[in-house]
Amino acid sequence: MAEPGMVIIGAGEAGTGAATALREGGWTGPIALIGEETHPPYERPPLSKAVMLADGEPVLPLIGHGDRFAELSITYLAGARVTAIDRAAKTVRLDDDRALPYAKLLLATGARPRRMMIEGDEALLYLRSFSDALAIRSKLGPGRRLVVIGGGFIGLELAASARQRGASVTVVEAAPRILMRGVPARLADGLAERHRTAGVDLRTGVDIARIEPGDASHGVWLADGSRIEADCVVAGIGATPDTALAETAGLTLDNGIAVDETLTTSDPDIMAAGDCCSFPHPLYAGRRIRLEAWRNAQDQGSAAARAMLGAGEPFTAVPWFWSDQYDLHLQIAGLADGGATTIERDVGEGAVILFHLAADGRLLAASGLGPIGRIAKEVRLAEKLIARSARPDPEALASPTFKLKSLLAA
Amino acid sequence: MSAQWIEACGADEIDEEDVIRFDHGGRSFALYRDEDDGYFATDGLCTHENVHLADGLVIGRIIECPKHNGRFDYTTGQAKGAPVCVDLKTYPVKVEGGRVFLRI
Repeated sequence: MAEPGMVIIGAGEAGTGAATALREGGWTGPIALIGEETHPPYERPPLSKAVMLADGEPVLPLIGHGDRFAELSITYLAGARVTAIDRAAKTVRLDDDRALPYAKLLLATGARPRRMMIEGDEALLYLRSFSDALAIRSKLGPGRRLVVIGGGFIGLELAASARQRGASVTVVEAAPRILMRGVPARLADGLAERHRTAGVDLRTGVDIARIEPGDASHGVWLADGSRIEADCVVAGIGATPDTALAETAGLTLDNGIAVDETLTTSDPDIMAAGDCCSFPHPLYAGRRIRLEAWRNAQDQGSAAARAMLGAGEPFTAVPWFWSDQYDLHLQIAGLADGGATTIERDVGEGAVILFHLAADGRLLAASGLGPIGRIAKEVRLAEKLIARSARPDPEALASPTFKLKSLLAA
Repeated sequence: MSAQWIEACGADEIDEEDVIRFDHGGRSFALYRDEDDGYFATDGLCTHENVHLADGLVIGRIIECPKHNGRFDYTTGQAKGAPVCVDLKTYPVKVEGGRVFLRI
């Protein structure tokens, strides 16, 4: 059998980043990156935006450039699936029955769209992969009708893209407002208003009763008795971590694959990173969190690589999220829940930044909505202050002329 | 066409350790001033996605893309790691009579 190397299951942002970081971190042995999809590794954020909006045939948004794996001698196994992990023998078994020996193993299996179980659910589409995106895209355009179930990031970004392509769009959200999870109401309301201005029929606080699949179009029945005719129905109701392999291998699970602060699972030779894992966050009282976020996947990919090389350190990156909808840019640094006070700063052009402070004055999170040039610098500076557990003066935070940068030098 | 010096702005129009946007001839640039009054210029758009770097944060000799925190050394244009892997093009800059010029 071959020399044991570094084996990575999952070729998304976390897995691909880890592969590169292992080589850059000095690992000279084999590196195998195993991906279920046949495409080279690509970025998922553009799937709901640039890929939907592209004028011609959409281009696969590659991670890095194509020759990177050859340059770094990384073996990319495309279209390959791992069927089992043998922790005693330290091998992973592939669906072609090959066994790959590992020195350290990284699980970067990501998350899958949560499936909606409802009458007629066979008509539903989901958006996670490039092929999902192409399938949805082919059904959008002037005169076409899209129903999005779920007012989360993916659904709303898709709604915005579809409107920009001329489709008529209805978004149905069961909760009283969109973006209930993680986005302050003040900003969610701003985004809801923007969608309505763009002509989206946004319906909140109403459940889906059933889908009535048809040959050319489908009927979407709501709990209030109304029916919406659609050429395309996409459900974006969240994601569940892909823990199947970890579970079968007997690793500890806790809202995903449970890892410690160095991203190591209950087996010291197996790490996990990205959407699939939950980890304790020191900035938030060691609370165990799981993030479905692009930057987190990147940061954890390289952090897990360091842990695989025996140089693991506590993962303390401030959670960071963004979304683009129409001309609006949303950025959130940190976790706002647990905040006692919210300070609002009006930064002009309708843009706003919110700072969320704990009862002891510590900055927990900052979130901004507006043109990117109005919000990005300050949210980024706030992120650095959050990382330092800074207690900025609330009056200064509220003032549009106060430069957060001046606090960093202190 | 041979390269020429183009007057861009007043030297004091850029704050210390900051960046502004400068458009000329259908192209867009980012002009930087470091903490020691050094002036630099690069292409305006990040090499990762079409986002203007003038909206990003300058810390020391690093400009961060406002969208995905791709980092570049703006004095050399060098990409400093994921998600950016393509260097930024840089342009010579001079300051004369309190005005900033770049050679394009």
